[in-house]
Amino acid sequence: MVIADAIGPSWDLVADYQIISQYHFMHNAFLAATLVACIAGVVGYFMVIRSQSFAGHSLANVGFAGATGAALVGASPIVGLFLAGALAALGIQVLGLGARQTRQNDIAVGAIFTLALALGYLFLHLSKNEYGNGIYDVLFGNPLGISDGDVRVNLWAAVFLALIAVGGARPLLFASLDPEVAAARGVPVRALGLGYLIVLALVVALAVQVIGVLLIFALLVTPAAIANVLTTRPVVAIALAVGLGVLFTWLGLVVGFFAPYPVGFFITSFAFAAYIVVRGGRWLLPHWHNVLAAQRMHEVR
Amino acid sequence: MAHTQTAPHSSHGKTVPPIIRVRGAAVRLGNRAIWDGVDLDVAAGEFLAILGPNGAGKSTLLKTILGLLPLTAGRISVLGQPTRRGNPAIGYVPQRRSFDAEVRVRGRDIVRLGLDGDRWGLPLPFLHSAAARVAAARVERVIDMVGATAYADRPIGELSGGEQQRLLIAQALVTEPRILALDEPLDSLDLANQSAVAGVIRTIAHETGAAVLLVAHDINPILPALDRIVYVARGQVMVGTPEAVITTATLSRLYGTTVEVLHASDGRIVVVGQPEGEEVSYHGHR
Repeated sequence: MVIADAIGPSWDLVADYQIISQYHFMHNAFLAATLVACIAGVVGYFMVIRSQSFAGHSLANVGFAGATGAALVGASPIVGLFLAGALAALGIQVLGLGARQTRQNDIAVGAIFTLALALGYLFLHLSKNEYGNGIYDVLFGNPLGISDGDVRVNLWAAVFLALIAVGGARPLLFASLDPEVAAARGVPVRALGLGYLIVLALVVALAVQVIGVLLIFALLVTPAAIANVLTTRPVVAIALAVGLGVLFTWLGLVVGFFAPYPVGFFITSFAFAAYIVVRGGRWLLPHWHNVLAAQRMHEVR
Repeated sequence: MAHTQTAPHSSHGKTVPPIIRVRGAAVRLGNRAIWDGVDLDVAAGEFLAILGPNGAGKSTLLKTILGLLPLTAGRISVLGQPTRRGNPAIGYVPQRRSFDAEVRVRGRDIVRLGLDGDRWGLPLPFLHSAAARVAAARVERVIDMVGATAYADRPIGELSGGEQQRLLIAQALVTEPRILALDEPLDSLDLANQSAVAGVIRTIAHETGAAVLLVAHDINPILPALDRIVYVARGQVMVGTPEAVITTATLSRLYGTTVEVLHASDGRIVVVGQPEGEEVSYHGHR
């Protein structure tokens, strides 16, 4: 980043905090990124238990076409992202691609999102002069360039989504884990599936400012996947996913502030590193138990 | 079995209204009639097996009673009310489904969803601590009833088919239903698990007094508990005791071809000559 050449970290946490808090854009970055990480953690948990991470990724890619298309007609990229994502959600639901992933579904979703990328490329080409520089922001996010207005939009969206989550999380959990019994008990399983994808489109549209369409997995899926390995209680898993997402974004913002490399890279790398540690630990755990058991046997003898 | 009644009458001779009443029911899918003219009364606490060849409409019958499929003619009432989706008086275990190995949610949570998973809003334990305790105790009790206490806190995806099936039965039981609708709960279980899960279902029927409607391919494990059989074949439905239905005359009439029911010396009943070529053996207990 630009300021990185001027200041380096003092490794004194209080002093570093004082340096960072001087900058208004860092306030906005922390606020927006924290809100996005919270929302993404909740939505991401359901994405993991619904096995819809691929569908979620494709919403982000369709959003790219929406953002570039919106720029072409002079609209806000967030609006384009959300509209394109909602349209894709409708398509996924109507074509029945949202069901548990099969090979056929994977191919259909892949084909659609490649077409969306191609469309985005076309729109980008058509509007090259005005929008060419903004493209990196859509692809990789630009958390250090978030305006007061953006923060306000994120805040309202977070309140709105929190209300939806409080109202619908329990039936959605039922419909995600056990659709047949949920339907028999009167839960509107299909409507919830569509509603979930539209919420996902909204979250993707908000998260793109912070992390971009290509890196969105790091906030949407990785924290929830880690939480899902660490606990079997849904409420704890959601809280953990939110906490991890916030942790990764804060670390990414702080390191990205001082280091001459982009924030999105650090957020994604921290998330990936944690995922590797947890998966590795989980793989090692049974072996470790075996070692302990063998030792105990030895002592008994 | 103490609760065994083959007709909807109490032991005092007073008529008790049936818990399920089916009159002139028919279902058509497109141009094909699945079955029609079905009349059936189920008494409280009765244990019925729904039998018949593949594709005869056994699950369809169960789903119409659950209110999941509409009838094309006739009517069905459950506890005096028309059928409706989401009736908590019916506990439902759909046809064999298993959880993927990567589903990392506790069996206890799956059971709990059966209690209030269909409700909107979130329960706040610190506001309704008494209600939360009652709910937890209810979940605990049904888990104990199916003998799943030892593994109820493990991720359900890591459990065996038999263990998952017990927890799914607990999930259906947690609303304390008057009727338990089980769609082939024993299929795709190995023999040991079949008889164990059948034993669980028999005990539950006895302890809770719930009427049981069980779709089965092989009735061996549940025959000792059976009151009546609903036999579905070739668009027709035949209702009666196992001894009355599983006979050469009845089954031949149902299938429209000669079907022979043989009685082995050990009490087993063997059915041969069913049109689709599958041989099914039934245990008789005479």
